[in-house]
Amino acid sequence: MTVRKNQSALTRTEKRRFVDALLELKRSGRYDEFVTTHNGFIMSDTDQGERVGHRSPSFLPWHRRFLIDFERQLQEVDPEVALPYWDWTVDRTPSASLWADDFLGGSGRPGDGKVMSGRFAEASGAWEINIRVDQRPYLRRALGTGARQLPTRAEVDAVLAMPVYDASPWNSASTSFRNHLEGWRGANLHNRVHVWVGGQMTTGVSPNDPVFWLHHAFVDKLWADWQARHPDSGYLPTTRTRNVVSLHDTMRPWNDVTPADMLDHTPYYTFDA
Amino acid sequence: MSAGTFAGLAVAATAAVNATAAKAAPSERQGSQGSGLEAFDEVYQGRRIQGAPTRGAGSHGGHGGGHGSGHGGGHGGQAHDFGYAVHLDGDELHIMRNADGTWISVVNHYETFATPRQLARAAVTELHGADLVPLVLTSA
Repeated sequence: MTVRKNQSALTRTEKRRFVDALLELKRSGRYDEFVTTHNGFIMSDTDQGERVGHRSPSFLPWHRRFLIDFERQLQEVDPEVALPYWDWTVDRTPSASLWADDFLGGSGRPGDGKVMSGRFAEASGAWEINIRVDQRPYLRRALGTGARQLPTRAEVDAVLAMPVYDASPWNSASTSFRNHLEGWRGANLHNRVHVWVGGQMTTGVSPNDPVFWLHHAFVDKLWADWQARHPDSGYLPTTRTRNVVSLHDTMRPWNDVTPADMLDHTPYYTFDA
Repeated sequence: MSAGTFAGLAVAATAAVNATAAKAAPSERQGSQGSGLEAFDEVYQGRRIQGAPTRGAGSHGGHGGGHGSGHGGGHGGQAHDFGYAVHLDGDELHIMRNADGTWISVVNHYETFATPRQLARAAVTELHGADLVPLVLTSA
């Protein structure tokens, strides 16, 4: 059974095996397929048109399925690996162990933002950025530059207190738990973390930075936490709604999975806390 | 969003902001989609950025139908013309307009900007001299 742990609690061996599995997916080309998929959706999900992966109710179930697929790929490399999650309300500085050289490596250097340390640095030769929006082939970060502070626990708790999953107009203008967690409204949670990391994380090809998976594993956990706090609230909309994925509609690109199928994560993994 | 941040990053980047750019920003106002947005053409941190209203669906540079391929049914041919196009040194910058009238680009996809000009300038800063990759979406 897969148990997703807080990244700060991983042993050195667990970190090494997770990174080893990432590098193997990168080497084989499978990693970049996930980057391509994400970018395709982020560029086509619009407030005024059809939207599946972002700025819409299915933001959470879409990314849940996306992470499950990715975790399965990791486990084909190493069955003992699970996605860790990054609780950015706690580990909120560039000096956190998350960014140490034995895990994801550090921030980028001043100027071009090139990551210079750790196994994802260009010098390692193992992490070329192939799916990109500009010509630079190396991982970049600017930790804490684009956004001064990561979201706080109090900001997260305020969003978790929102009782309605989502609401019309079902996009980045909605007043709802989903939209406040995604960050287009209110305290600016998920989106702000992308900006805080900087580099590829601010772009449509954000999965190029392996921290993408740890960030989204925590966003996914917050959805589960919200469900536990609001047992009488469910996914919305439940009926066919123009341009968005309702409870029993299938989601692209899989076309065989609905939000309803993703409401319970426990058949796939559990959390350590 | 964070003009100060971008200004700070820009220090290391290139020479001072072009004088035309410096005086243009404060008076910008956003209009309704497809109209009321003015064109701009300036050099910012050594890069030429241009923005202009488009003439309507189909003029948005050939990545309408491409989005659908490979993602399964129900999405083919959906054009994304937000009534405005931005180019950076001649290359199109993929942009989107949010429901509240703000803008994002593929370079700064998780933060919003009040105007396409601010969006273009933020892209210049983020690119740090790098060229955009042409817009080609492959199958998922």
